[in-house]
Amino acid sequence: MPRIQFRLNGVETTVDADPDRSLLSILRGPLGMTGTHFGCGANECGACNVMVGDRALAACDTPLWSVADKDVTTIEGLGSAENPHPLQRAFIGEQALQCGYCIPGILMSAAALLKQNPRPTADDVKAALDRNLCRCGSHNRIVRAVLRAADEMAIP
Amino acid sequence: MTNPAPSPAPALPVSLAANPVLSSWIRFSSEGQVTVSPGKVEIGQGIVTTLAQIAADELDVDFSRVQMVRASTVASPNEGVTSGSLSVQQSGRAIRQACAEIRQIFLAAASDQLGVGIDALEIRDGTISGPGNVSTSYWELADKVSLDRAATPGAVPKPSSERALAGNSVQRLDIPDKVFAQPRFIHDQALPGMLHGRVLRPELSGAKLADLKQDGARAVAGLVAIVRDGNFSGVVSETEAGAEAALNVLRKGATWSSGETLPDENRLAEFLKAQPVESSVVDEKVAAGAVEKKRTMRRQYTRPYVAHASIAPSCAMAQWNGDRVRVWTHSQGVYLLRADLALVLKLPVENITVEHMEGAGCYGHNAADDVALDAVLLAKAAGGRPVRVQWSRADEMSHAPFGAAMAIEIEADLDAQGEIVDWRHSIWSNGHAARPGRAAQPALLAGTELANPFPRMISTNPPQANGGGGDRNSIPLYDFPSWQIESHRLKTMPVRTSALRTLGAQGNVFAIESFLDEIAAERGEDPVAFRLRHLRDERAKDVIRAAARRANWKPEKRAGTGYGIGFARYKNTGAYCAVVAEVEGAEDIRVRRLTLAVDVGEAINPDGVINQIEGGAIQATSWVLKERVRFDDRRITSTSWSEYPILRFSEVPEVAVELIQRPDSDPVGAGEAAHAPVTAAIANAVFDALEIRVRDLPITRERLIAAMDPGA
Repeated sequence: MPRIQFRLNGVETTVDADPDRSLLSILRGPLGMTGTHFGCGANECGACNVMVGDRALAACDTPLWSVADKDVTTIEGLGSAENPHPLQRAFIGEQALQCGYCIPGILMSAAALLKQNPRPTADDVKAALDRNLCRCGSHNRIVRAVLRAADEMAIP
Repeated sequence: MTNPAPSPAPALPVSLAANPVLSSWIRFSSEGQVTVSPGKVEIGQGIVTTLAQIAADELDVDFSRVQMVRASTVASPNEGVTSGSLSVQQSGRAIRQACAEIRQIFLAAASDQLGVGIDALEIRDGTISGPGNVSTSYWELADKVSLDRAATPGAVPKPSSERALAGNSVQRLDIPDKVFAQPRFIHDQALPGMLHGRVLRPELSGAKLADLKQDGARAVAGLVAIVRDGNFSGVVSETEAGAEAALNVLRKGATWSSGETLPDENRLAEFLKAQPVESSVVDEKVAAGAVEKKRTMRRQYTRPYVAHASIAPSCAMAQWNGDRVRVWTHSQGVYLLRADLALVLKLPVENITVEHMEGAGCYGHNAADDVALDAVLLAKAAGGRPVRVQWSRADEMSHAPFGAAMAIEIEADLDAQGEIVDWRHSIWSNGHAARPGRAAQPALLAGTELANPFPRMISTNPPQANGGGGDRNSIPLYDFPSWQIESHRLKTMPVRTSALRTLGAQGNVFAIESFLDEIAAERGEDPVAFRLRHLRDERAKDVIRAAARRANWKPEKRAGTGYGIGFARYKNTGAYCAVVAEVEGAEDIRVRRLTLAVDVGEAINPDGVINQIEGGAIQATSWVLKERVRFDDRRITSTSWSEYPILRFSEVPEVAVELIQRPDSDPVGAGEAAHAPVTAAIANAVFDALEIRVRDLPITRERLIAAMDPGA
């Protein structure tokens, strides 16, 4: 098996696997990181979004070879209960979910947005999340939470 | 006036009467914690937090001491199914009543120990103290007080004014785990030695597995077993990727029969009305005096099959140990699933343990129970190791039950003044419930696929006393002089249906509220005033007035914009909800804003209620504007998100919710209150904007064009 290296949440990671396998299957399988969720397997729902560099991508549709030597950030690398990302704080503050299954992918889309556009409008947030599906109808809370995080991050 | 009946002896709440042993609900552990064990489960609605609030309030303990236990057939109270917006009503009332009695039991024990009268004792955060600095606590007394006793109806819960937590928007207990990626979902669990399974299902509806070549799949790395039992087949692998790969090869080696014919998706009403049916009179009201009918208005409304379409495909795990099996599931009812598993496996229920784990949002009877049986069947070939099975997106969108399509005809007789003097409402629909655990035959999909198959369960309707099914919300709350409500339940079921949020209420309220609007429009009467004039229930009028006020009813007309009202009391016994919708557009309708007023009685967690109402409103907007299960004559074709689109962030309306708090009225659920009135409000707003009355959901561009020219 070919050996592929990338940085996963800042940690040098080596995987021996078929390079055509999806990043999602590598994360959830051999790497045992189940924070990134399977939703459709066809890049249509955003549940498995991760950041590659500063861009949000569907891990189900991202072949392993394409992330060689790149920086991959998953929900596990975004923050923790002890050291939360402002987005995570804001999602708790706004109670911005119902079931929460879509939330890791949405958090990663939002994190990528805030890297590219630190002061988005509500319409910017909706556009950035338009490929993320939420079935419970938490959309408006989610938009509010992303704007709240942006506000917090803008404070010097 | 007749004399009022003597008040009946106080009765226990229904869930507590069914599970009276106090210790099955509440225990005090030595570490200063309270363990609360409801029979209802978290399905994304936040119920666990609300139940914890109720327990902490009634026991006078800090909220942080409450530990909520997931439902399991090992020890949990059997509360049937988590459905029908009944969890606060049933579990909440049971926990409140049990805690009230437990509080009294501990006060009595403390009084004995401390030598202080009960009336002189008070409880603060679990510490029971009296005059002279004497004190003990729930935990100190726990060893001496047995809660292994049956609840009695005498205990009286606190009055609402003494509840500290109820009415407060406590943050949900499960949300931190979900934003910090702690494995809380069943999908994210890894049991020691766990294998992965996948099941092969036909694309053609009802197709039989004629031949299955297994050699190719056997050669796939990691394969542990191929299972075949009649039309049921699947693979077990060491890895999830291996299971996927083996399934793909197995699919290529499968030969299927041609399957069954599906109805014409563009002629659903004709199909529904042409089937053999079981007919029933839902309700009849006879006019008090003679009425004079001048003319009759008649309309037909339809809704399509609607998919649950949860973001996660269904998932389960199972592990055999000899003739005993343990199952992990996101089912809505662990005991009901266990009963059906026992039927399929021909085992006593004692041999089966079913534990709940959270899944993604659950909006009714989805594939959670089906995949549990799949896991159990595949795990038989796993040599005692646990097997995790997850459905594909396509199977989730085509093999899980759908919300049933409906055709509804309403006729109103009008007098010379255009007032309604008689009302007739007829429903044609498949049943709206085919849940497991309630019949002598199982309702689980794989049960119909085995070599010795069980018959396909044709869905039925719950009785009106439980809210009804296809007939849910078909009895008008409006004070018409007379009516006749009929339900025609199909006895055939080419497209599998079962419970989806609101059951028949979405269709019935869409029809009633649309028709009322049509009559009001003919009369030239304001639709809000028209409704208020026909309502006698002040709580109903209050939500309509509140929504109208908040939406500044009726804003001035602008070209391309429209406003509509919708109202319902869910199941005619639950939450009241009124909605004003603002829409815009000509070809594609956009819902700009929904303004809702809601009365759930006592709102234990107001933000939780608002969250549910917002979510219901947005989900209903998606149903109304976009959703329709698609099929040709052989197969369900809407098997992906591109073929079954749902509302996206850029399409979501603003949602404003006004909550009318009634702390002294029994709390009722909020999860299904918004869907039906939102549906009607949008349809009525579309008419206001475009003067086009769309009577067939969803309100898409094609349907608008068809409604403009009914002859086309």
